[in-house]
Amino acid sequence: MRAFTQHQGLVAPMDRSNVDTDMIIPKQFLKSIKRTGFGPNLFDELRYLDEGKPDQDSSQRPLNPDFVLNQPRYKGASVLLARSNFGCGSSREHAPWALDDYGFRVIIAPSFADIFYNNCFKNGLLPIVLEEKVVDKLFDEAEVLEGYQLTVDLEAKTVITPSGESFSFDVDDFRRHCLLNGLDDIGVTLEDAELIKSYEDQRRKTAPWLFGASQ
Amino acid sequence: MAGKTLYDKLWDDHLVKQREDGSALIYIDRQLLHEVTSPQAFEGLRLANRKPWRIDANLATPDHNVPTTDRAKGIEGIVDPVSRIQVETLGKNCDEFGILEFKIMDKRQGIVHVIGPEQGATLPGMTIVCGDSHTSTHGAFGCLAHGIGTSEVEHVLATQCLVQQKMKNMLVKVDGKLGKGVTAKDVVLAIIGKIGTAGGTGHAIEFGGEVLQNMSMEGRMTVCNMAIEAGARVGMVAVDGTTIDYVKGRPFSPTGENWDAAVKYWRTLHSDLDAVFDKVVELDGSEIKPQVSWGTSPEMVADVTGNVPDPAKEEDPIKREGIERALKYMGLQANQAITDIKLDRVFIGSCTNSRIEDLREAAVVVKGRKVADSLKQAMVVPGSGLVKAQAEEEGLDRIFLEAGLEWRDPGCSMCLAMNADKLGQGEHCASTSNRNFEGRQGFGGRTHLVSPAMAAAAAIAGHFVDVRELLN
Repeated sequence: MRAFTQHQGLVAPMDRSNVDTDMIIPKQFLKSIKRTGFGPNLFDELRYLDEGKPDQDSSQRPLNPDFVLNQPRYKGASVLLARSNFGCGSSREHAPWALDDYGFRVIIAPSFADIFYNNCFKNGLLPIVLEEKVVDKLFDEAEVLEGYQLTVDLEAKTVITPSGESFSFDVDDFRRHCLLNGLDDIGVTLEDAELIKSYEDQRRKTAPWLFGASQ
Repeated sequence: MAGKTLYDKLWDDHLVKQREDGSALIYIDRQLLHEVTSPQAFEGLRLANRKPWRIDANLATPDHNVPTTDRAKGIEGIVDPVSRIQVETLGKNCDEFGILEFKIMDKRQGIVHVIGPEQGATLPGMTIVCGDSHTSTHGAFGCLAHGIGTSEVEHVLATQCLVQQKMKNMLVKVDGKLGKGVTAKDVVLAIIGKIGTAGGTGHAIEFGGEVLQNMSMEGRMTVCNMAIEAGARVGMVAVDGTTIDYVKGRPFSPTGENWDAAVKYWRTLHSDLDAVFDKVVELDGSEIKPQVSWGTSPEMVADVTGNVPDPAKEEDPIKREGIERALKYMGLQANQAITDIKLDRVFIGSCTNSRIEDLREAAVVVKGRKVADSLKQAMVVPGSGLVKAQAEEEGLDRIFLEAGLEWRDPGCSMCLAMNADKLGQGEHCASTSNRNFEGRQGFGGRTHLVSPAMAAAAAIAGHFVDVRELLN
């Protein structure tokens, strides 16, 4: 996995709460058996005026001029500023894959849905929870100041604004460690293979009905 | 020391390692696999040259992409080549790694969350995961069950464990007695309406109280299925006689001495009387009316006797904007009566409501009646091949067909429209599924979440009606 230590990037403000994963990447694009190539269909139904289909050249499609990512000032944005309960709904990891493929590295919101939040960390994408009033302030600044960038430091757990204001955020130690070092967490878990085996042996004795029962 | 909640017990029983950083390794007893969220996980295993840790813990079936017509053609019947590749890929992966799969032609094929319980592959006390957020369904059996992403599917395949942080405990207690025509679906929609789509975020919800105690397993599955729509990955109900009776005699269920030992353990799977919950929400079941969602989030629900809300009356600006946006998308007017919403299609199915009891509930309503001429389509999609066979044995298919509903083959179907079953732009659908998000059932489609009984009643009337009037 790609490591994440620090990132500075242009901010795109998406002023809408309860953005669900169907909205992030609609179902017709989940038919792919790959992990990449979802970027052109990120927010497909908001971003384009027509109905998106798999395997189509999205560069030829009519854009919705009102959608934030279609505004020239947000071109190249890598920090998505969002509202509460971002990523609710389906567990599809295609949602973080699409955000990542588009070029986002950081998502900042007052709250995230659990499964989406977890999926981000598996893909080198950093979801940051900041207090609602701080997010409000960042929205105000990002909308007023063209070219507004934020600097995110995962080591120090801070978000720094262009004026030098710093906000700290929480992230649990294991996820932070994996992200900072770009660790494959399967590899980390397999370091405990013996422990898993001994748990399993014990469980085989106490709950034998859970093993080899397939018919 | 305070007693343990059901979640605490399930967590403790599956804890392999508590790490110093607060994360934990939790052992997974069962993984269910389907074609959409597994291909990249199998590919990951291959790239890292890893093998599945425990093959017999996995069970697979294609469900999201399968057609609900023309199934005699098997995989060849999948017209969309991209869908077909995904279903074929699941088959190849399962064959390569030796994982049991109910393939498209197998009569046991169906929606993962229907077939697990049906086979007894879902047993009380298990930890169950699947790359699908509605895995919370299995919590109805006193399981710790939740949806995971594809990276975690790979992690479980490779290690039989998940890295987890313990969640908080939440109790949703529904006491009283449900009125006639009020179902499990209405209960869970009312709960989501009350606590909101983020009300359970970070929590494992235990559903309890008199209403849940008196509910069938099918009803409990409907409630737990939609825990995720309240933001909770996990929904659970304590094990009782109803659970044990349901599990008995199923293909994967234990027998003989193992059965006795299992039942003894399962009987302990309830929260202790002195257990402490971080959050408690109470509802009076006798006050719940049939529910209809009017907006684009499952929390946007109203009583069938009620009206579409007026954004002007909402004080919170973000909520007001949300209501305005939803009404615009849904093509509804503020203050419009719910019963004035006209429908184009009716969908009875999905992992929320496609089990035998759901089909019986709908059949009672349509029996001897006819689907409204104004509808373009009303379809019933059973949750599995075995549900379909059972329904046909009971003659439910005849009731539906005579009333003018279509009787389809099993799969996820129009719940998320990955196959050919979808809404056209601007069409209103009374749907027994779980999500009314924009575009969920088709580009520009407008979903109204309801119970099977309410969907059936709407099919007859062509618009929403209070099913209680039809049952009298």
